[in-house]
Amino acid sequence: MKPIIKVENLGKQYYIGSRQKSYDTLRDALVGALRAPLNRLRRGAGNGGETVWALKDVNFEVRPGEVVGIIGRNGAGKSTLLKILSRITEPTEGRAQLYGRIGSLLEVGTGFHPELSGRENVYMNGSILGMKRAEIERKFDEIVDFAEIEKFLDMPVKHYSSGMYMRLAFAVAAHLEPEILLVDEVLAVGDASFQKKCLGKMGDVARQGRTVLFVSHNLSSIVVLCSRALYMSSGHLIEDGPAAKVVESYMQMSRDVGGAPSVEWEPESAPSSEGMRLRSVRVLNERGQVSDSFGMDEPVRIEVTYCLLQPGQETNVGYHLYNSRGVLAFISADFHDTEWLEVPKEAGCYRSVCEIPGKFLNVGSYILDVALSKASGQSAEVFEREVVTFELVDEGQSEVRGRFMGEWHIGTLRPKLPWKTTRLPESEQWD
Amino acid sequence: MGMNTRNTAGTLGSTAVETTTRSAPPYSLPDEPLVTLQPSTSWAPLDVRDLWTYRELLYFLTWRDVKVRYKQTALGVAWVVMQPLLTTLVFTIFLGRVVRVPSDDIPYPLFVYAGLLPWTFFNSAITSSSSSLVGNAHLITKIYFPRLLIPIAAIAARLLDFFISFIVLIVLMAYYGVGMTRGVLMLPVLVAIITLLALGVGMVASALNVRYRDIGVMMPLLLQLWMFASPVVYPMSAVPGKWQRLYSLNPMVGVIEGFRAALLGRGFDWTALASSTAITLALLVYAAFSFRRMETHFADIV
Repeated sequence: MKPIIKVENLGKQYYIGSRQKSYDTLRDALVGALRAPLNRLRRGAGNGGETVWALKDVNFEVRPGEVVGIIGRNGAGKSTLLKILSRITEPTEGRAQLYGRIGSLLEVGTGFHPELSGRENVYMNGSILGMKRAEIERKFDEIVDFAEIEKFLDMPVKHYSSGMYMRLAFAVAAHLEPEILLVDEVLAVGDASFQKKCLGKMGDVARQGRTVLFVSHNLSSIVVLCSRALYMSSGHLIEDGPAAKVVESYMQMSRDVGGAPSVEWEPESAPSSEGMRLRSVRVLNERGQVSDSFGMDEPVRIEVTYCLLQPGQETNVGYHLYNSRGVLAFISADFHDTEWLEVPKEAGCYRSVCEIPGKFLNVGSYILDVALSKASGQSAEVFEREVVTFELVDEGQSEVRGRFMGEWHIGTLRPKLPWKTTRLPESEQWD
Repeated sequence: MGMNTRNTAGTLGSTAVETTTRSAPPYSLPDEPLVTLQPSTSWAPLDVRDLWTYRELLYFLTWRDVKVRYKQTALGVAWVVMQPLLTTLVFTIFLGRVVRVPSDDIPYPLFVYAGLLPWTFFNSAITSSSSSLVGNAHLITKIYFPRLLIPIAAIAARLLDFFISFIVLIVLMAYYGVGMTRGVLMLPVLVAIITLLALGVGMVASALNVRYRDIGVMMPLLLQLWMFASPVVYPMSAVPGKWQRLYSLNPMVGVIEGFRAALLGRGFDWTALASSTAITLALLVYAAFSFRRMETHFADIV
């Protein structure tokens, strides 16, 4: 089958500090104009390392109906790629050919105006996303239904709760029917049940035979939704293949390259917000030593050290634990640490340790996102992705396994749970 | 236990969307790509077909501009009328009564309002269009549509204001007993010239403003100077004869004089009008090319 997207040698170069350049004054420009001939010569000679390639030599083809996930660390060029394909910015070299109409969702609610009502914003947003007016009118009821906001339709969206706002915004986007859909991380919004609904909708889109390119940090949604994944690193496409396989090698690579069981920061470079700062995150064994490899029955201790810069704050620390397929195994936080429950902390550094019991996780590698928040229920102030990694190794001897010697690597958890068996009395036996 | 006989690749087997059983796409692919994305050559003209495809968005952007501007204002649309009316009042008192600026024997309030009407439109169209791209940065960095729609929509919204304040002019004319003449047939042409001139200036200014925020600061000053270099509060006849030719190089001269002529039944200065039209068209062509050249970088630097 012919490809619907054909990308050849695509590259995008940014001038470093172009942000500052945009606020150049005219005076600089006039001075610059006088020096222009000289600059032009220099630029021709490669501009002496003042540029960076956000994307370089990227080649791939996508066939109609494929759902392709794009993964990679921050700054790998995923968003730049989507921006070029969405026609927001031009490539510096190479080309991309699109054989279908493009719809792009780089954020939800593009063009939403707080002063306009929900109804008006549906029209505005739909139109910006490329829907025809007649099309919006036809789908209007469906959109409102999906968003579950009938009652507030004529209220300015500035009075909406953030959940309502997101639902409405996504509802419009979900009813877009382009041949090629480009999606960037938009599923990371809304509450869990709405996220599920959105994932379902994305699945529908895929089944209708539309082509989808999907950037996400949520690796499990990539595995669920995509048949194929592209793994990008420093602007290059380094792996292209079945989603589950690419996600796994991404996780493996994270372990090999950046992944370590212990990370410490200097105060200047630490992930921080106004009030708090991460200092270190370590994975420890029972003896309190940093370790990256654990037996199946061994407990794993997660130790987070953080500093409060302002006194009198209630804080919570927590983490998200992902397995090598990007599945979120669980989230844990110190909400129930009674010693500090609703107790404001003084400024200074604190260390929280959480023990993941042995005979609980399944074999494989794990990666942690760490979060600091002001008080339970509030969103994270500091959220650092993919901080530390560790691995559980099954050497064939484990209490959970007992005498079963087969492969047992599927399932996120492999907990030891109580089992009890009794023989039914004769009266209840089958003949 | 038989666990190892299960589909070992499918940790997520039960929840996975079955992407392999999808039906074929409900459309056939064209032979030629719909869009080819590649570095543009530096002097490409505007893509008019693209603009046409997005015409509905122009309507919505204009509609949004109009709606949002007067939400949460107590007087709402009344402001559209108040602005030229109050300015007329001030000019009538100070220039008409105190300084006694000549007004070609037309009642000064009517004279000045007929000049302020096109000028206010021109002024506000340029002011809002030149800040429009920067003001819509959140759209430019998130989605594609012809960037030119943004300054056009800003001007279109002001055009609506212009039509509203035009009604006031009709009332004023009735009050002073000035009847309509055949000259009014020229009004659509004059309005078109002002709109295109504002568009030409607005396109260049808005695109430059993305890179150099100085433009935003400079524009009000420039427009103020421009107003006094145009026959808004005084007639063209007040300009000494030997300067008139140079004076007519300002494209607003022919248009504003033309406006008064059309409304108050006087002869048109065709030479001045022709020069206005020529300058406007030349500027527009230049603006179209330079906007196209600059728009490729908007998303990267805005």
